[in-house]
Amino acid sequence: MPFGLIKYGLSKRYPARRDIPPNKELKNSYDVVVIGAGGHGASIAYHLARYQGITNVAVLDKGYVGGGNTGRNTAVIRSNYITPDSVNFYKESVDLYKQLSNELGYNMLYSQRGQLTLAHSDASMRTFRLRAEVNKHCGVRSEMVDRDQIREIVPCLNLDQYARFPIIGGLWHLDGGTARHDSVAWGYAMRASQLGVEFHQGTEVTGIQKSNGRVTAIDTNRGTVHCKDAVQAVAGMSSVVARMAGIRLPIRTFPLQAMVTQPLKRFVDPLVSSAALHCYISQTARGEVVIGGGSDPYDLYSTRSTLELKEGLIAHTLELFPFMSEVKLLRQWAGMTDMTPDYSPIMGESPLQNYWLDAGWGTWGFKATPVAGKRMAEAIATGRMPEQIKPFGLARFETYQLSNEAGATAASH
Amino acid sequence: MKIMHCPLNGPRNISEFVSGGEVTQMPEPSDTDDQAWADYVWMHNNTDGIVTEWWCHVPSSYWFLVERNTVTDEILRTYPARERYRERKSFEAGPEEKK
Repeated sequence: MPFGLIKYGLSKRYPARRDIPPNKELKNSYDVVVIGAGGHGASIAYHLARYQGITNVAVLDKGYVGGGNTGRNTAVIRSNYITPDSVNFYKESVDLYKQLSNELGYNMLYSQRGQLTLAHSDASMRTFRLRAEVNKHCGVRSEMVDRDQIREIVPCLNLDQYARFPIIGGLWHLDGGTARHDSVAWGYAMRASQLGVEFHQGTEVTGIQKSNGRVTAIDTNRGTVHCKDAVQAVAGMSSVVARMAGIRLPIRTFPLQAMVTQPLKRFVDPLVSSAALHCYISQTARGEVVIGGGSDPYDLYSTRSTLELKEGLIAHTLELFPFMSEVKLLRQWAGMTDMTPDYSPIMGESPLQNYWLDAGWGTWGFKATPVAGKRMAEAIATGRMPEQIKPFGLARFETYQLSNEAGATAASH
Repeated sequence: MKIMHCPLNGPRNISEFVSGGEVTQMPEPSDTDDQAWADYVWMHNNTDGIVTEWWCHVPSSYWFLVERNTVTDEILRTYPARERYRERKSFEAGPEEKK
């Protein structure tokens, strides 16, 4: 059997499929330069090429495709937000995710299995009631559930009335789900490359040239490229790249830590989260339990884990699932998150005429990957902000029209 | 556990402290236009490197200044606020309110 495999692997009749072609020489100019080849950058490039007819696009990344926070998030997809603007926006994203594997011909392992958010206080119950009603109004499936219903949805959850933070109810979101995050970036990148988009990996942006309120060229470690439009999709490093263009953003960068246990027999179907306990879990197709938590307590550009935060996260997980105390951890890591004051993204126009922002993706970037690409591509192609993303423009801070989503994060930060 | 040296209480666990964000200079409200004020309210330098920040030792409610590297997570220096702020700030009404 092993010899058969080697023979198959070395045979010229079965060449390895190369999803993303190797770097070409950088051209002198492109219609659109996308900075950042994560899920968002690849999605923007794909939507530009497929739906807007703009194929002269370069996607630059200092690392490799999907190697940043796209591969570090915990792959939660949901639309149970609190403001109608956000609910509608993320609802569109969930709808796009549902048919994404078909559209790209690439398996995203998308599975819509519902998300349960737990309430441990009356205040949470009040917010959940509001969220459930706003969601229903926008056509998103969310409803309040009591302890008996929770026991039916997740039988192994610790529903002890005398626990440190007893569970008193929950928000059951049937549209919640998960997908494989790497596949999302690879799928978009592969199909975008086939449409003519160039992916330049290992190409670090070192400067942005401007004149008369317009970006004219992007300096990289492999030379300078001129562009008609440029967009940054570098969540985690948004402030650093925007500073090259002379733009200040209302963002602070915090690490967000997560971890994965050894594979277990399936015991929990939906995604379960608790804002009060700063933790959320889901079980992957392989049976590993993904555990995510709240942000680190202070600003840092680091993807290092800390023992104290991991200990807290584990303690809270054990509060929900005490039987997991004997389970071993396989991997642990951290990502960098762009935290905005109102927990909403910053998308669309920047103070420069042809420079576009896709930033402020905090802890809600992965679930917005398809819709962010679609709407950003639309904005770049038409030069106008689509209605759906107008509430998330950078200009909202000047007019104090924030889009407050502080109550709707899976784990409060 | 990471240790931070509090100028008042000496070395303590970092979990006893909260970060109050980067030290900024408030513009004079009476002669600042709306755009500059919104900039002061919302925008952050979010520097990837050495920053000077306000930190508070929570159990003793003591605010002080910290020089910290936000990439390497090193605390370079902690010192009391009086080293930077030597004069008392006057909060008398500005010219606009006096009218």
